Amino acid sequence: MIWVMFAIAFWAAAWAVNLRLARSGLMARRGWRLVVPALFGVTLLVLWEGIVRGLQVPGVILPPPSAIALRIASEGPTLWADFRQTFLKGALSGYAIGCGAAVLTAIAIDRSPFLQRGLLPVGNFVAALPIVGIAPILVMWFGFDWQSKAAVVVVMVFFPVLVNTVAGLAAAERMQRDLMATWGAGYWQSLVKLRLPAAMPFIFNGLKIATTLALIGAIVAEFFGSPIVGMGFRITAEVGRLGLDMVWAEIAVAAVAGSAFYGLVALIERRVTFWHPSQRV
Amino acid sequence: MNRVLPVLSVVGVIVVLWYAAAVWMNAPWVRDQAARAGATVSFAELVPETMALERPVLPAPHQVVVELVKSTFGIKVTSKKSLVYHGWITLSATLLGFAIGTGAGVLLAVGIIHNRAMDLSVMPWAIASQTIPILAIAPMIIVVLNSVGVQGLVPKAIISAYLSFFPVVVGMVKGLRSPDAMQLDLLRTYSATGTETLAKLRLPSSMPYLFASLKVGIAASLVGAIVGELPTGAVAGLGARLLSGSYYGQTVQIWAALFAAALVAAALVAIVGVIERQVLARMGMAR
Repeated sequence: MIWVMFAIAFWAAAWAVNLRLARSGLMARRGWRLVVPALFGVTLLVLWEGIVRGLQVPGVILPPPSAIALRIASEGPTLWADFRQTFLKGALSGYAIGCGAAVLTAIAIDRSPFLQRGLLPVGNFVAALPIVGIAPILVMWFGFDWQSKAAVVVVMVFFPVLVNTVAGLAAAERMQRDLMATWGAGYWQSLVKLRLPAAMPFIFNGLKIATTLALIGAIVAEFFGSPIVGMGFRITAEVGRLGLDMVWAEIAVAAVAGSAFYGLVALIERRVTFWHPSQRV
Repeated sequence: MNRVLPVLSVVGVIVVLWYAAAVWMNAPWVRDQAARAGATVSFAELVPETMALERPVLPAPHQVVVELVKSTFGIKVTSKKSLVYHGWITLSATLLGFAIGTGAGVLLAVGIIHNRAMDLSVMPWAIASQTIPILAIAPMIIVVLNSVGVQGLVPKAIISAYLSFFPVVVGMVKGLRSPDAMQLDLLRTYSATGTETLAKLRLPSSMPYLFASLKVGIAASLVGAIVGELPTGAVAGLGARLLSGSYYGQTVQIWAALFAAALVAAALVAIVGVIERQVLARMGMAR
């Protein structure tokens, strides 16, 4: 009981601190802004730990965060191998191929308004479909190893990036295009020097959506068959053995990898589209 | 009207490519069978055979449609071979989860709007959680809830709810903040309370944002329900059809289940779209 009391007391104290912080003038400064969500995250972990220990919830239902942290520390090599298989081989290669193909396709259909009018509704439609369902088919075609996971990722990221790139290529304004025309720029010159740069905010929007989809695709595809390594495989296998601390450890790795991947793309976006109003501070 | 022709021709090209791919991918198997029987097949014999295989590598479109129609209309709804039966199981989990997720999302968004501390502490996590592959948790939720005695509809609905929750929170917070300072000041001069401002200004002006997130959310809910059916070992639902099809190499069954899932997703998004147009038109916000 003492654990539960402590957790609730900590929660109340942290909440009071957060309320004070939120009302104080410190929020205007950048560094302090991170304190409030960080404190909230710590509070959640303390509440979790306290309730699990205090009510003696069995580890097969919900392991405490400390047990998960221990697992991450002790199973480092396994987690790294799974991460390499699922993320570096499956998700990243699929992401690169899918996004590259989508951008190239968008440029290819750019010259034909007919194709654009036809492909965009189809692309929007496909982007809303449960594409993960294609995983069992691609696992059959490309085998159990990372190639099939990469294929699933390619299909999943293709349409969001395609739709965004086509929208982006139409983003350059009439005046700017006319200016390029008065300078006698050809199609390719105006594409490279005006329309692709102008499309970048849209392309990066698609690329950011695709980061999450890539990781989801790679993990879910492993539920349909995989070699005995990989994050999705480990999750299903450990759930079967009720080793839930290992499952949570994998989820923690997936969460960190997903956020880092997204953050990296957002960082590149900042460097590439520094001129866009949304990036100016 | 000027979009119908291009869309039709793109769909037509996809179907033609699909037929070509079906012939190309199934041809080795047909040739192999013929070689074992000691016969050779000409191209004219090859093409129809590649489209009529029991377990093709890639079924031809008409095979999928035939299977889809057969398992939708040709079999009694209560039968375990009927896609309507499996589709309904997935759909009910989707709708229940969507309702829970949307309700909770709207409530949390209202809380975030009215409490600065909650805004500062919860909002960054809500946004960060969008970058996390939440679906990875699905098998664990199913198995854990199963071990405490909860099974069937509810665990899948929880996954669906979880997936539709965050888009709704993020969209609603944006929507509830969309009235500009002038409108808020006007309500203050009327001495409106917080609840009145919420009911008469913030909620109505958040509707376009809400519907945009609902469309994302209902598609995510369906994906959640389908993935939620995988770890239970292929009992019932569209996800189970996918899994059992992949266990037994029934490719036509997989494609039919996939098409059914796509049709359900398209129908759900379309229904939300129709409601959106009706509501916005009644509220005078139609674009």
